[in-house]
Amino acid sequence: MGTISLKNARKAFGDVVIIPGASLDIRNGEFVVFVGPSGCGKSTLLRMIAGLEDLTSGAILIDGKDMTEAAPSKRGLSMVFQSYALYPHMSVRGNISFGLKMAGMPKAEIEAKVAKAAATLNLTEYLDRKPRQLSGGQRQRVAIGRAIVRNPEGFLFDEPLSNLDAALRVNMRLEIMQMHKDLGATMIYVTHDQVEAMTMADRIVVLNRGNIEQVGSPLELYNRPDSLFVAGFIGSPKMNLISGKPAEKFDAHTIGIRPEHLGISLKDGTWSAKISLAEHLGADTFLHVDAGPCGMMTVRAAGEYDAAPGAKIFLTPEPDRIHRFDKDGRAIRK
Amino acid sequence: MATQQTRTLGKLAVSPSVLMLLMWMLVPLSMTIYFSFLRYNLLDPNPICSLLTPGALLDAENRCLAGFSNYSYFLTDPAFFKAMGNSLKLVGWVLAISVASGTLLALLLDQAFYGRGFVRIMMIAPFLVMPTVSALVWQNMLMDPVSGFFAFISKSFGLQPIDWFTYHPLASVIIMVAWQWVPFATLILLTSLQSLDEEQKEAAEMDGTPPLSYFWYIVLPHLIRPMTVVILIETIFLLNVFAEIYVTGTAGPAGNLPFLVYQYGLIANDIGGASAGGIIAVILANIVAFFLMRMIGKNLEA
Repeated sequence: MGTISLKNARKAFGDVVIIPGASLDIRNGEFVVFVGPSGCGKSTLLRMIAGLEDLTSGAILIDGKDMTEAAPSKRGLSMVFQSYALYPHMSVRGNISFGLKMAGMPKAEIEAKVAKAAATLNLTEYLDRKPRQLSGGQRQRVAIGRAIVRNPEGFLFDEPLSNLDAALRVNMRLEIMQMHKDLGATMIYVTHDQVEAMTMADRIVVLNRGNIEQVGSPLELYNRPDSLFVAGFIGSPKMNLISGKPAEKFDAHTIGIRPEHLGISLKDGTWSAKISLAEHLGADTFLHVDAGPCGMMTVRAAGEYDAAPGAKIFLTPEPDRIHRFDKDGRAIRK
Repeated sequence: MATQQTRTLGKLAVSPSVLMLLMWMLVPLSMTIYFSFLRYNLLDPNPICSLLTPGALLDAENRCLAGFSNYSYFLTDPAFFKAMGNSLKLVGWVLAISVASGTLLALLLDQAFYGRGFVRIMMIAPFLVMPTVSALVWQNMLMDPVSGFFAFISKSFGLQPIDWFTYHPLASVIIMVAWQWVPFATLILLTSLQSLDEEQKEAAEMDGTPPLSYFWYIVLPHLIRPMTVVILIETIFLLNVFAEIYVTGTAGPAGNLPFLVYQYGLIANDIGGASAGGIIAVILANIVAFFLMRMIGKNLEA
């Protein structure tokens, strides 16, 4: 079983507080994604769970047992590093089997496990190669193989796809999700890419300056962001945030409306706007418009939208899709 | 360097340095080779066989041309085998000591501790001391059987002080030279240790690697390359050790090949014999270099 609980886990270097105190319960078999901008402490939090960073205070429970002081290798977790961290002078076989060898497993058993992992990851024909003779995707697979063979309670991924090119990233994303389905193990995945977070996660943990802003399923975060930060971070393109006079009409300090929830009309609407730029993606067209008192906004038009810069349009927000926030950036619920 | 013109220009541009280097190397080498075939002794009362008398080679009895006799004399000299053995022992032991303790010191200096920066600088100091100075310091301040520091330690434990230079001359020279070369090995191995990927350390930690296995499986393979570099560079310099032997007067028991050449040339004034010895030393050094380069080449490829 692989439940992981953080009890008010805190991390500080002297006066610099990285994680003021995080509490989180991760269920067995769950795929949890830590997401947030650079420097938000998501990697630190992961490393605290891994045991690579000490906690300043608080506790970490794995499987209900207190593992706060346990050595990384005793926690039953495997980690996949951003740089893969393969041992350069060892063959793929050596890399995958190293952890088992250190655990003192008999040779025959190691062989069998390595062979099985290599088969699942399509690495069988590369087993005798050195890491530098492999492509980025293959190295990534070796790193995952090294994590799999230890048969851990949980996997920790530290931005594992950020060194891959875009096409490969989509592939590996699917493979990791498939692996999660097959193994049914708990996985914690750190990324700064909200698209990765949205597509992969059972639950997303949004971090901002070391604080857990919100925890929820991708659609919960999309539909009901608790704060301005989550609203602005989740969704692509970003939610339009409008403050001042137009927001006061909705009894809020700031209102947010996603580009895909704005109706476009040439005749009438809530706000009038002037098109300043159009991005044609084929399936969608994103219009960047100047909406006067509302400031710059992004609007999604489905399909191909014939827009000339400078043209005037009217925008109408879908009423039940308007997110309202108070002046502290917290969501106002009806 | 794509076009014909840039290539020509490139060749032209490097030609002065190539010519300079060739002269630097070839002139002394060819002069040495030339001397090694002459019967050329400065103590000869009738020194017609010298460069200064160009007609000498045409001497009626062909007295000045020595043929290979300088070589055969040098190679059959019992001192040659002894010097050669000393050279090899010196190089081998100093390499072993400096690489082993260099590795240990580098591991130590890679840890964070108070005053590390200062210790690192102090660490390099022996490398900057001139060989003659270090030899004098070791001889008079440390290894002297009466007033030396080692003698003081021995005596304070009630032991008989060791007369290093009388009873262990070669070991004394090895200790002094190793002391000078340990910092070099430490420095290079330390920089290499610091370039060891942090995430690799953490991966090893996640794999539950005990410290000794970590050193053996992760650190040592990482250090193999810099170690071969250390071995190559040190070998070049260690084959030429001279000052320590000269200053401490341990030439008899601990003299190496360069010292033997010196004895031929400047003590016996036998320029021809010394030149032959020099050429033999060059050939031997090249043989060593050949094997070293092959070993290192293999390592750098891997």
